[in-house]
Amino acid sequence: MNVSETASRVSISTQNASVDFPIFDARSRSLKKTIMGMVGGNISTTEGKVPVIEALRDITMHLEHGARVGLVGHNGAGKSTLLRLLSGIYEPTRGEASINGRVAPVFDLGVGMDPEISGFENIIIRGLFLGMTRKQMEERIDDIAAFTELGDFLSMPLRTYSTGMRVRLALGVVTSIDPEILLLDEGIGAVDAAFLEKSKRRLSDLVDRAGLLVFASHSDEFLRELCDTAIWMEHGQIKLQGDLEDVLRAYKGQPA
Amino acid sequence: MSVPARTDPGQPTGGPPIVGSVPAMTAPPTTSRHDWRSALADLSGGWGQRSLWGHLGWQDIRQRYRRSVLGPIWITISMAVTAVALGILYAGLFGNDLSVQLPYILVGFIVWAFISGCITEGADVFIANEGLIKHLPAPLSVHVYRLVWRQSLFFAHNLIVYLIMLLVFPQPLDWSVLLALPAFLLLAVNGAWVAMLFGIVTTRFRDLNPITQSIVQLMFFLTPIVWMYQDLLNSSNPTIADRARLAEFNPFLHFIEVIRQPLLGQDVVWRHWVVVLGITVVGWVMCLVVLRRYRSRVSYWV
Repeated sequence: MNVSETASRVSISTQNASVDFPIFDARSRSLKKTIMGMVGGNISTTEGKVPVIEALRDITMHLEHGARVGLVGHNGAGKSTLLRLLSGIYEPTRGEASINGRVAPVFDLGVGMDPEISGFENIIIRGLFLGMTRKQMEERIDDIAAFTELGDFLSMPLRTYSTGMRVRLALGVVTSIDPEILLLDEGIGAVDAAFLEKSKRRLSDLVDRAGLLVFASHSDEFLRELCDTAIWMEHGQIKLQGDLEDVLRAYKGQPA
Repeated sequence: MSVPARTDPGQPTGGPPIVGSVPAMTAPPTTSRHDWRSALADLSGGWGQRSLWGHLGWQDIRQRYRRSVLGPIWITISMAVTAVALGILYAGLFGNDLSVQLPYILVGFIVWAFISGCITEGADVFIANEGLIKHLPAPLSVHVYRLVWRQSLFFAHNLIVYLIMLLVFPQPLDWSVLLALPAFLLLAVNGAWVAMLFGIVTTRFRDLNPITQSIVQLMFFLTPIVWMYQDLLNSSNPTIADRARLAEFNPFLHFIEVIRQPLLGQDVVWRHWVVVLGITVVGWVMCLVVLRRYRSRVSYWV
């Protein structure tokens, strides 16, 4: 795909988008209860209602091609949910969200990996999940194999791998793709220092190829390396949006 | 990976989540997204990812027989064992000739395996794929196509038993055997709406899953798979003949017959085709209505 075409197309924009999770307990998930609730009339005002948790509220943002956005915030501030909203997994329960471009979400390095099949087969499958074609993945397989340094182990079933080896494999695949919109959630660890240095380089190459990046992390170092602007999430809302250094300063400055 | 807000409301640093309430089954207030276009885009988008679900469907089958020497051929063998055993048993019980009873049971069983697979696994299709649904923005139909494709592969494996059976008990086949192909396609098309519809509804109401399993089991006995309803219709006892006529109200009878008749070289009864086509249309309309309304909710419900 040529760059100018991509540039005109890739964008994410949300307008007052909110994400409310219904919390079903065993009772409200049953059809019987719902039907009986319809027949029985109002026993209490909360009968037949499902409590919701507002995970995101009034998210308004507009990201264009070239955006390199870091997401900061405490645990439970809504970073991961926001990434899922931006990837289209959650459509907003209120407000609007429109996503233009091929999204590659990298939230969990292990998702889509099958322990019973070989490393090679897992590379192909993981690539298909990320929106690549089989042919594209076959072209990249040598490159990935070299990067992971797993050698003959790639023909072994994944269940024989150590945690670190799995991370190597997953990182190898994830960093080989050509996404238009790259959504990264942290979770890049459990590898030795030398490999981490190597994967950082590859990760920043990947970010350079991607049209748009949103990266949630707790690591200032990683954020500074990959992003130029940032969004600070708190209590499911955008607290501050702007230049990376400004946001980081404000975020670090506030009492926890 | 940081934890989504909803799972750790008690985090001291995260602050209290905002808890409110909405009616149980009301749709999200915005209506613009609940249009037909996005429902159809889900179906066609999923179709576009054929290489993914095609691969995964195969993977599912190989996975099941991994490390066994014979592999997926076990599907074929277990079907052969079941059909032969039941064929001999019921041929004796009903006093039928084995060369009639066994092919009848075998074909009925193969078709039933496909139907029940689509329904029982369909009811679980989104719940079983929770991890993928929450991590990858793929159309819902990907999971449905993968399921129907997997069941089709099972069907193909079982068809080997049918071919062997033809050598032992030759059937009076004619051109109409070709009708088995469109009949199977119809079956698969119905499998897709069933899996999609049941999948969405059971994801929201988990109690429906065990109910579905029990009903499917019951329907096996109510559907003429091991017993021949033609025999009962012609029974000299008028009560039995009357009751046998009730079997016509069983939709599964028609689905079985559209394939069984051509495969056994019986006369094709077009009534069954009309019923099956009718169910296909009605089923897809229901499926699309539900898909349009609740497609975007599935990732919240799983």
